[in-house]
Order: sequence, then C-alpha cells, then structure tokens
Amino acid sequence: MKYMSEFRDPSLARKLQNVIGAETKKRIRIMEFCGGHTISLLKYGIPDLLPDLIEMVSGPGCPVCVTSKGEIDAAIKLASMDGVILASFGDMIRVPGSEMSLRDAKARGMDIRVVYSPDDAVKMAADNRDKKVVFFSVGFETTAPVSAASIKMAKIKGINNYFVLSAHKTTPGVLSALLAEEVRIDAFVCPGHVTTITGTSIYKPLTDAGRPCVVSGFEPLDIMSSILAIVRQANRGAAETEIQYSRVATAKGNLNAQKMMKEVFTPVDALWRGIGAIPGSGLKPYREYARFNACNEFGLEIEVNDSETKGCICGKILRGLNKPTDCKLFGTACNPEEPVGACMVSDEGTCSVYYRFHGKVSEIEAR
Amino acid sequence: MKRADHITLAHGGGGQASGELMKNVFLPAFKNPLLETLSDGALIDPPKRGKLAFSTDTFVIDPIFFPGGDIGSLSVHGTVNDLAVSGAIPKYLSAGFVIEEGFSIAELKKIVASMAEAAKNCGVSIVTGDTKVVPKGHADKLFINTTGIGFVPEGIDISAKNIIDGDIVILSGTIGDHGTAVLTRRKGLEFDTEIVSDSTPLNSLVEAMLKAEPNIRMMRDPTRGGLSASLCEIASISGKGIVIEEALIPVSVAVRSVCEILGLDPIHVANEGKLVAFVPSDSAENVLKAMKKVACGKEASIIGRVGGCPAGRVEMKTSFIGNRIIEPVIGDQLPRIC
Repeated sequence: MKYMSEFRDPSLARKLQNVIGAETKKRIRIMEFCGGHTISLLKYGIPDLLPDLIEMVSGPGCPVCVTSKGEIDAAIKLASMDGVILASFGDMIRVPGSEMSLRDAKARGMDIRVVYSPDDAVKMAADNRDKKVVFFSVGFETTAPVSAASIKMAKIKGINNYFVLSAHKTTPGVLSALLAEEVRIDAFVCPGHVTTITGTSIYKPLTDAGRPCVVSGFEPLDIMSSILAIVRQANRGAAETEIQYSRVATAKGNLNAQKMMKEVFTPVDALWRGIGAIPGSGLKPYREYARFNACNEFGLEIEVNDSETKGCICGKILRGLNKPTDCKLFGTACNPEEPVGACMVSDEGTCSVYYRFHGKVSEIEAR
Repeated sequence: MKRADHITLAHGGGGQASGELMKNVFLPAFKNPLLETLSDGALIDPPKRGKLAFSTDTFVIDPIFFPGGDIGSLSVHGTVNDLAVSGAIPKYLSAGFVIEEGFSIAELKKIVASMAEAAKNCGVSIVTGDTKVVPKGHADKLFINTTGIGFVPEGIDISAKNIIDGDIVILSGTIGDHGTAVLTRRKGLEFDTEIVSDSTPLNSLVEAMLKAEPNIRMMRDPTRGGLSASLCEIASISGKGIVIEEALIPVSVAVRSVCEILGLDPIHVANEGKLVAFVPSDSAENVLKAMKKVACGKEASIIGRVGGCPAGRVEMKTSFIGNRIIEPVIGDQLPRIC
C-alpha cells in the first residue's frame, strides 16, 4: 500500500504547496512532457495548488497521440490483406486514421486483435503458423526495448510469420524541437519511465539551452517535489538535470534495454502527428532483423499524411502552444466517445485527461 | 463428438432433441408447477395491491465461469437485483438461452444447476424459457437472457425524482470486486489474485432497508460502468448535485492494487452485488444499522450527500486535496463483463 498512500499524503502536499508558494519569485512556464504526468496533475488538481506565477503546459509525451495518420492507415492496409492478423495495443484501436480507425476496420471484418504486450503477438504468430501476424508497435523508449526483444525472440525461435510495423518514436529529437517553439518553455518535468531506459544524457541539449530539467515520478508528491526543485534551480539561475524519481530512474539508465534497442533497431526519420517530421526520431528493424519489418515483407510505404480535421488544434496542444480549452471542438464535437483529434483518444492524451478530470468546457467556465 | 455430450443444432430445432434437453437438463433443475405445465406461457396471479415491476437483462460474460460465480448464477442475480432496487419483491423469471453448437452438455448442466440454486436462494421461480442453438462460431459458448417480474408493495416508491437536498448516499459494501475478478481471469491478462466476484442477490438486503425506512427515495445496483455511472445517471435524472467522499468508499486492498496496476479507477469498475441508496437524512443511521445486519450489507457505509455542488453534477472530495468532478466512464473499459 506504500505507494498508494505515502506519495499522496494531503498534509505533506499542503506543506509542499506552502514552500512552493513562498519560494516562487518569478513567472515560470513548465512543461510536463509525459501524458502520465498530465493525468496525475489533473487527477489530483495540482495546478490549483500552485502559485499564479507557475504555468503548467502539457507536452507531446503520449505515444498514441503522436502516431501519424499514415502509420494508422498502413496498419489498416496490412490488416486488410489476406492471411494477416494485426495485433495492436488497445489504446490504438480508436485513433482515427485518414478514413477510419482500427476499430472501424475490425467492424468491417478485418482480423485485428488487442494484445497487452508484443510477447503475446509472438505467441499468436507461433499459434497461427498459416497466418502472418503483424504487431503494430508504438511507443517511446519505454516500449521499444520490449518490441526489440520480441523480434529477437521470434528470430531465435524461428517464428518467421511474425512482423513488426514500427511506429516507435524516440524522445531526444522532439525535445530539441520543443526548444524551437515560439512560446518559450522555461523548464521541464521530464518523463520518469523514459529516463529509466535512456538515462539523463538526453536532456543535455535542454540544460545547455538554460532549461532546468527534473526527472519526476508519477505520484502527486513526486510532481510537486519536482516543481519545487525547478523553482529552486530557477531562483539560483541554474539549469541542471536532477532526478527526483531516484527510486526508479538513474543517470545511466537501463543499459541492457539500450543495448537491445541498438541491436535490433536503427533510427529513421519519423512524422509526429501534429508536430511534423523530426529527423532520426523513429526506429526500424535493421541488419539481420530487417526481414521482421512489416514494410519490407509487404512492400509497404508509410504515407506522409499530416493533415488534421478542420478546427482541430491537437498539433498546437502537443507542442504546448495551446490548452484543450482553447479548442472550439473540445467537449462538443470532439469528446472521448467520438474523438476528432488524437489527443482526445488515448487515456494519456491531453484533451482526454482535461475532459475526464475537469469536466466539460461549460463546467470549467462556470467554476 | 457424440450428440449425448455436446449441444448440436438439433437441440435448438424444436424436435426430439429439444424435448430431451428440456426433460434432462432444464425441468429437473428448475422444477416448479408453473414450468411443468410446459405451456407456451406461464399464467401468474397479479398482486392484490401495489404494482408490478418488470425487468430484463442479457448476459454475455467471458469467461462463463469466474471466481465467485458463473454466467448462470449471475443471470439470476442480475435480474433479481434490478427488480429489488426498484423496490419489488422478485417473484418470477424467464430464461432464454443462445448456445453455440458444440457446447458441452455437462457444462450446461452445471450452469443450469447454478441458476436453479441462485433462484432458490432468491425465492424466485424460473417459470418459462427458450433455447436456441447457433452454428459454431456464431456465438461464444452461451448467452443467457433473464426477464423478471416482481411485486412492489403498496406505499413503496423508488424514483430518482424523489431525491431532495440533504438526502444521504449509502453504499452497501466494497466496489470493483466483480469487474476485477473477471478481468484478472481474462485470457492474456491472468493475474494471481484472490479477488472474488461479489455476485449476490440483494433482495433480502432491500427488504431489510425498506422495513427500516419505507421512504427510501432511490436505489440502484451499480453494475456496468460502476458507481460513477449510477451516480451520474441519478444526478442527471433528479437534477440534483451529489458530493461523495473518496475516503468513505470501501475498496478492498486487492481491488485497489489491481486497479492501480491497470490504471483503472474502482468507481468505474462493475459490481454485481452492491447497491447505492438515497435515504432521508434523519433515517440514514437506522437504514445503515439494518443493512449491517444482512450478510451482503456488513460493509455498508455512508459515502456522501445530496447538494453542495451544481445541479446534475457528481463531485468527489478526494483523499488528496480538493474535489474532482466525476464523469461516467468512456467507451468500453472492459467488454463482456456481465
């Protein structure tokens, strides 16, 4: 029960709130990169506990949200082929592609199955030797090593009917892209679980550019402590990487996971939904693992498609330029039951989090 | 595959095989005079006073056997509970089966026996039924529909429209047990827990509550969509605001842990043996006392009250700081849970 109570202790939170309030001297805009942090922030009402000088903006750290329409269209195209089973994480099922979502495709009779891990997809391939099983692999450095391991396992076990459609994204490129935005982000609450894999070296471009970085856990007291650490760095004019989430993350990261990723994947350019193309921020299987790449097996090109539905401002929300409540579609035409933009689909999507924990837009205005 | 061991299309054909199934499986288990007439409809005497309550529910749960119950007992409890929280004394059930070709007759017998036992415990009779068989692959094992009739005593009026500001919200016990029990037995997501479904009939609990306070305003059993769905619906129908307190909602440690790991919120998770009641403030303690005397109400708790937030809204005072607006769960958090 430890992590379900101690890190949510309301009296400690009040103390932290007072310290943050007393020590914050200047206006500071902090981005929480990760969707998991956005959930905790809003679920526990943390922005209401912060002084007016601190503004929290949500970042692009939701892998489902940044998966491009072209990648979803490619997954549907594969699923429509004879003898193909498409295995996907559940969160991807409702994300709209350019014409339909995987859920729509499944309703039209395509064999699309939800799995909880790529290992399940490998097992599915072993159990269905007469089919080709394609795992639609999305996620940051948190899921990429597992996906790499699944490919390696398929190779070792000779499961030749397993393929991966990689829509993986890596974080270093997008962090630098965020620095170039017109709205200045002063500091970053950095993703705890990505850092657990990558280590802290990926934040060097941010600290070099004068932005304090604190790797944070996901409980409310974790995030409040991280915000306090940022305030203190800002007060003394520092820009360093600190690890608040020291019970899990380390400076070096998980070396085995890094090795696994490097063995199986090579960086490729990737299109981030709402953000655009970022060089070297994608991953594809290479060398002896290239034959597991679904694009190679089926001669498929992922189309570049970064069009968004009219009125949808997901791109700006993912870059921290706007809040969901700035969008005309939020809570009306776009809601979690019928998402228009990607940020409304995933549980970690900024719009979905705002919708679930802040109620509908009219109610927010009424507050 | 011998016909004797497995369901074939003939068992749904209305001919000799259907008759054998009736004679060997259903009749011996459900034994009662109304069913044994084998007529096309059961003839029942209406109540002398009060009202009739009528409710239906269909069960497609996967897996069909789960810790704490099976599709058979669940199909009886589900409809009995819908009648009970309407203020009715459940009396009669119908049972409709859609069975997939090839389903084991031994398992069918087990499920039917479980329905019979559940019906006996609830004091209801299964008085009419129907069986259809569909080709293999056209249904998953078996689906059951039950429809029930109950008698509402004179003077009992359970309706969200009766709720007034200041009414007390009582929950009959821990939440999330059924949903997590089923989830942790789902293929591909097996967890090693001892969580057991709370599938249980609520009619004796309701009887005790109405005895303590005949003017209970509203009751509902929070099944699919969990406590949040029931409260949001009641807030919307009644046009009242409801404020509940997170710390007062009973959740077992095991359920809390599984929900934490899977990123679920227990208030959205299904229950099959719980009810939430809205009672006048001056009789809340009495009702609570009466509930605690019934086995399935031992952990009953006052969780909130009506008023204190905008009309139609449900807010939860969190265990952390401040209030959270409660919205019903979105999409299919967990399909085929009942």
